[in-house]
Amino acid sequence: MSQSTATPAPVTEAHPVVAAANPRLRWVLLAGGLVAALALPWFVYPPVAMDIVAMALFAIALDILLGYTGLLSFGHAAFWGSSAYVTGLIATNYGVPFPVAIIGGALFAMILALPAGYLSVRRSGIYFAMVTLAFAQMVYFVGYQWSGLTGGENGLQGVPRHFFGVELVETDSFYFYYAALPILLLGMWAAWRIVHSPFGRVLVSIRDNTQRARALGYEVDKYKVVAFVLSAGLTGLAGGVFAINHGFVALTELHWSTSGEVVLMTVLGGIGTLWGGVLGATLAVLLADYLASSGFDGIDLVTGSVFVLVVLLFRRGLWGTVRHQWLAWQQRRSSRRTRSGGGTRR
Amino acid sequence: MTTNGRVALRTQALTKVFRGFRAVDSVDLVVREGGVHALVGPNGAGKTTLFNLLTGFVAPTSGAIRVFDEDVTGKQPEQVARRGVARSFQITSLFETLTSREHVELALQGLTRQGFRFWRSEKLLGGNRTRVDDLLTQVGLMTLADKQVGLLAYGQKRALELALVLALDPRVMLLDEPTAGMGTEDVDRTIELVRRIAAGRTVVFVDHNMHVVGSLADRVTVLQQGKILAEGAYDEVRNDERVITAYLGEADHA
Repeated sequence: MSQSTATPAPVTEAHPVVAAANPRLRWVLLAGGLVAALALPWFVYPPVAMDIVAMALFAIALDILLGYTGLLSFGHAAFWGSSAYVTGLIATNYGVPFPVAIIGGALFAMILALPAGYLSVRRSGIYFAMVTLAFAQMVYFVGYQWSGLTGGENGLQGVPRHFFGVELVETDSFYFYYAALPILLLGMWAAWRIVHSPFGRVLVSIRDNTQRARALGYEVDKYKVVAFVLSAGLTGLAGGVFAINHGFVALTELHWSTSGEVVLMTVLGGIGTLWGGVLGATLAVLLADYLASSGFDGIDLVTGSVFVLVVLLFRRGLWGTVRHQWLAWQQRRSSRRTRSGGGTRR
Repeated sequence: MTTNGRVALRTQALTKVFRGFRAVDSVDLVVREGGVHALVGPNGAGKTTLFNLLTGFVAPTSGAIRVFDEDVTGKQPEQVARRGVARSFQITSLFETLTSREHVELALQGLTRQGFRFWRSEKLLGGNRTRVDDLLTQVGLMTLADKQVGLLAYGQKRALELALVLALDPRVMLLDEPTAGMGTEDVDRTIELVRRIAAGRTVVFVDHNMHVVGSLADRVTVLQQGKILAEGAYDEVRNDERVITAYLGEADHA
């Protein structure tokens, strides 16, 4: 019984992280996503459209940890919310253009993530989730108590939207959308860059088999902390845009239920895919908005049910399932081709 | 063999107790540089625990471990790996979603600090393409380089394990049952492979197959109930009365 003390490899399912198959498909998806992002405020009330894209980046940032590193953070509201507050405070007190305030908020989130990450990566699984939750609760408490700065329960009100004196952007949320969109798209590009970098490969190896990664000489804890800080930074970008978009920061942004919501969106769309976060956030925000505007007050009941249903029926999430089917079909097709083509089989 | 007398790996009174059970019991092991050293013993003799101790996956209860005279007792696995001790695993231990090529690229990067480059493309990982190809060719996986390891056959996964160990260019290689679960043909191929990669390196391996031990090892340590029962050249050990009763007797005619 004492023989196998080194943890054996966790048997994860083989689904490629690196979409090796089709670079052309990737460009088509990317172009489609870009068009959708540009067209969104024509079809959706612009502030809601902005929420969708901000939440999408939030979910993507979480996916770097959840889907690519195998760490479930249940405390990301701390980074989302604190960046929202710091962004709001910078914008209010210094009158700088909003992108500057947002960058300030994101940097604050990263600084906050450093001790949080350092402490939490010492544990894995449910314990990691609990440490991040506990940390986020502490941040919530500070936000609640320090009402002189944060406005406490009333929230931070009247956050201005300065943008180099361009009045259209400062007053019209339709134009604001296009001014803020590049920040979020840049954040998404950064996430893509991270997961497809040498660093991202190490994260995947840690997720797949931590012990093996250590045996190859990787200082796993350090990699996890860096991933945590990067994820918090991107979360901060999203939270900052959210704050400017609403001109108001509510205490809810720091609440644990916000941490839960983003996990829900990411899982709904499918973890370890990046696109899954986009899809999950879009659906969740649209659904909540639709239900709210139709005067229905059991939003959580409906979104909760949808979540349960999706997880039961499509274990990989919506995007994950579609992608899996597509790859499986590709594989069948290519293996059929090799066989009939008389290719050298080994 | 180029045994020049230096000690590559030494344990002193190394002991590991699990809830009162002495899995490894004051083991003094000396592995000479350039040697191929086999650890054998019946199930539960403490071989894998010893491996886990040597590579930092398990912290010893007492005793010391030295690698080329540097004390590595209580060091973490990655720190031990960074001191030139690489191991393979008894249970195939790979990254299911990656391809063989991606594995080797990761292994080559492991001892550098290049893994933190989150702003660069992962294509950089393949920068040392000839080295990657060379390693894959050595273990016979070149044609399957771009296949996800989840889809590889068992023997191929074992071969990849060896490529990963080799990629670290280790001073000491620890191979935990390199032929576990293989058919005769694969066993012979693996023996050839290990012999080839063992040239000029120090190897410690565990194996139940006496044919493997006999063909590879120049020194054999027999463990029983966590203690060293006998040690010596293969022929000495296999004729040792105590060893025959403990272990070899049953395994030899397998």
